[in-house]
Amino acid sequence: MIAEDDEKWLAAANAAVKQNAFYMQRAIDSNNLKDALKFSAQMLSELRTSKLSPHKYYELYMRVFNELGTLEIFFKEETGRGCSIAELYELVQHAGNILPRLYLLCTIGSVYIKSKDVTTTDILKDLVEMCRAVQHPLRGLFLRSYLAQVTRDKLPSIGSELEGDGDAQMNALEFVLQNFTEMNKLWVRMQHQGSSREKEKREKERNELRDLVGKNLHVLSQLEGVDLGIYRDTVLPRILEQVVNCKDELAQCYLMDCIIQVFPDDFHLQTLDVLLGVCPQLQPSVDIKTVLSGLMERLSNYAASSVEALPNFLQVEAFSKFNYAIGKVVEAQVDLPAAGSVTLYLFLLKFTLHVYSDRLDYVDQVLGSCVTQLSATGKLCDDKAAKQIVAFLRAPLEKYNNVVTILKLTNYPRVMEYLDHETNKTMAIIIVQSVLKNNTHISTADEVDALFELAKGLIKDFDGTIDNEIDEEDFQEEQNFVARLVHNLYNDDPEEMSKIIFTVRKHILTGGPKRLPLTIPALVFSALKLIRRLRGGDENPFGDDASATPKRILQLLSETVEALSDVSAPDLALRLYLQCAQAANDCELETVTYEFFTKAYLLYEEEISDSKAQVTALRLIIGTLQRMRVLSVENRDILTHKATGYSARLLRKPDQCRAVYECAHLFWADECENLKDGERVVLCLIRAQRIADAVQNMTNASRGTSSTGSVALYVELLNKYLYFLEKGNTKVTGDTIKSLAELIRSETKKVESGAESFINSTLRYIEFQRQQDGGMSEKYEKIKMEWFE
Amino acid sequence: MVLVLALGDLHVPHRAADLPPKFKSMLVPGKIQHIICTGNLCIKEIHDYLKTICPDLHIVRGEFDEDARYPENKTLTIGQFKLGLCHGHQVIPWGDLDSLAMLQRQLGVDILVTGHTHQFTAYKHEGGVVINPGSATGAYSSINQDVNPSFVLMDIDGFRAVVYVYELIDGEVKVDKIEFKKPPTSNSAP
Repeated sequence: MIAEDDEKWLAAANAAVKQNAFYMQRAIDSNNLKDALKFSAQMLSELRTSKLSPHKYYELYMRVFNELGTLEIFFKEETGRGCSIAELYELVQHAGNILPRLYLLCTIGSVYIKSKDVTTTDILKDLVEMCRAVQHPLRGLFLRSYLAQVTRDKLPSIGSELEGDGDAQMNALEFVLQNFTEMNKLWVRMQHQGSSREKEKREKERNELRDLVGKNLHVLSQLEGVDLGIYRDTVLPRILEQVVNCKDELAQCYLMDCIIQVFPDDFHLQTLDVLLGVCPQLQPSVDIKTVLSGLMERLSNYAASSVEALPNFLQVEAFSKFNYAIGKVVEAQVDLPAAGSVTLYLFLLKFTLHVYSDRLDYVDQVLGSCVTQLSATGKLCDDKAAKQIVAFLRAPLEKYNNVVTILKLTNYPRVMEYLDHETNKTMAIIIVQSVLKNNTHISTADEVDALFELAKGLIKDFDGTIDNEIDEEDFQEEQNFVARLVHNLYNDDPEEMSKIIFTVRKHILTGGPKRLPLTIPALVFSALKLIRRLRGGDENPFGDDASATPKRILQLLSETVEALSDVSAPDLALRLYLQCAQAANDCELETVTYEFFTKAYLLYEEEISDSKAQVTALRLIIGTLQRMRVLSVENRDILTHKATGYSARLLRKPDQCRAVYECAHLFWADECENLKDGERVVLCLIRAQRIADAVQNMTNASRGTSSTGSVALYVELLNKYLYFLEKGNTKVTGDTIKSLAELIRSETKKVESGAESFINSTLRYIEFQRQQDGGMSEKYEKIKMEWFE
Repeated sequence: MVLVLALGDLHVPHRAADLPPKFKSMLVPGKIQHIICTGNLCIKEIHDYLKTICPDLHIVRGEFDEDARYPENKTLTIGQFKLGLCHGHQVIPWGDLDSLAMLQRQLGVDILVTGHTHQFTAYKHEGGVVINPGSATGAYSSINQDVNPSFVLMDIDGFRAVVYVYELIDGEVKVDKIEFKKPPTSNSAP
């Protein structure tokens, strides 16, 4: 209803304006001053309406404003024709109503400012006083807005051609300040018009008009002569006086923001006391956080963009002022939710990081203030606050990109104490990822300790609460971060590195059954690297109590890998034991090597029952054992005997066959004469062949329905005989090989074996070797044979 | 011209945090037609990463691989070459070229790509070529004392294969090149 009426009134008013403007224009064209005034007054009368909403009134006003432009030009021409301001004023008095009269007076007055007929000072003073006559908020606001607009380019401002001496500048200043003050009063008065039910609507309307008031501040900032001194002594106090005295929340919010945005940053820096001091004087409902954060943000950007300004920050002690101010706000607003106060500290922190990035003590202070605040509210339970704290903790991390710096902030872990488990873990992940992303290098055990403390949400479960809801993949990914992290913990000094290893182990072992298999391997390999480094060093340089000897570290690893047995990861544990055995072998620690093999074997016997897993595990055992050089004859025998035993007892016969012939290599070490036992090599191969025979029999028994690959096994064995023949094993006779070859030939005649290509390539190889010069062809002479296919 | 990336033994996260940045910047998606991987990634994240470089990923199982479904060995044909892929912990003695030659005969391939030793090798023998791309991350190895990060890029064009090996030594990427030709009358298995 009302909206429609609004449209109707506006349409009617527009029509009237248009009509009067037309006649006014005609009068102007015929130089008829009186008529021009008459019609312009009529036109301006439309602005006397109370029926329009501010939005619509503005539309009307704009239309009128445009028309007044022509009138202004006409007045200028009149002055050229010798008409004085006094005369014009006189004529205007005949306009019946006050509002049109005032608009006209403003228009005339502005023309005369330039003429120097009357002093600018007087005109401005008169105009700004006269406008008091209109106390209706909406109309008064627009009237004064008009006054401001029409005088704007006539004030001595920066970049204008108008020169002004000190007096002219002060007068202009005074003019704008007064206009602003009055406009604000009118604007605030709008709040109290009408019923309380319509409060929301009024506030919305007021918001639409706010730039009219704010514009004045912008003009002030552009005035010439408004230097720091004038700003500090005159401009700011006057503005703030109005801001405080108007006691209006909307105005205060808007104007504070305006001040911050409109005036130069170094002004703010120098008047920081004043700005901050005004905050407590504002209405309680004003959101100080927004004001403070706006100010801090502007000053942060200022610091970021002009390095020369940084000393000023120090000089005015910006940090302590803000810190104090925020403390006061938080103190005063008892009901401030945790999220709110953290937000404030977040802004202060960002400010500090921007401006005082090398002052870790300041950063730590902010963290400390936050901790104090949080301790009053206790552990957080709402998401919003948690999010803010994460943002708060991220800020220094992202600024410095170096976790080592963060570790120096004593209050950092204390802030984390206030996070709930879930958020704590999130933060831990962020911290670890920061290390990985920036490839930060952490080099002392103490720092490692501190880092793992910070990341404990990721390293372990909190007080027995196991997170059962987590996705398996996500969990693994998280723990993989931890594993990767281990590789960034490094020191060239073996003693320190050893301490690091101990520290990492201490933390990782608290991880629980799900985590250990994912994190222990990284620790083990990091330690093995250290052992390799120690190996190159002097014998026992540190004395008995030193931690950093290979033996001691291997002992540690033995205990560590044992922890895996408790959490059902036998395959992994076996592999790690074998790795340790190799390291022990390289350090010539015979007993330790044997120990590790014992543990590996026990795991194989007791824990690894899956057939496929057994095959792989056994291969690894054989492969590792084959490389051992430090074992005594007896110990080597024991282990070899057991390995061959395991091989013969694998479930599937082909697997047995292969494992047994692989064991042959245990009796032959190429570079070590006393580890070459030709006879036992051949024994293994014969034994393997018997198993292959058994496979063959099985095939025959099942009427050759499916090839069990027995021929392939024979060919593999043949290749192995050739291998040892070449290595100079005298026990490999030509007869053995020939009869095996014969066997293969006869078998392939019976049925498709699927091993044809293997046979062919083997034959080709034999032929090739026979062609070789020297010893090789001699060896191959032994097995010269015909092969018809 | 077919580009084949051969790499393996990354051992992430057990022995290394990630590929060296210099390698990562070289491995640009879309430039490579096939990836053959000797195994020991060890985690899914690396598998996924490799897939972004090239979707045609062939991989065999290393003893530390998380995914138990990778095969023990694999063969494939590229150009005129038959390639075989096997991690190498299955071949005893580890790193023994004669034993590897036997595997090559068994699989019937021209080029056998294998890992485990973390040592780059390109070994030409009677039956073909054995290539070991080493460890792409320079991971710790109990077999090889001094490991530099390395990987191999093969440019296969019909009967000709050019093998580029990239090694990170003292922070610099060094490249070497070896050429292999396969005689048109094929000696290897049909």
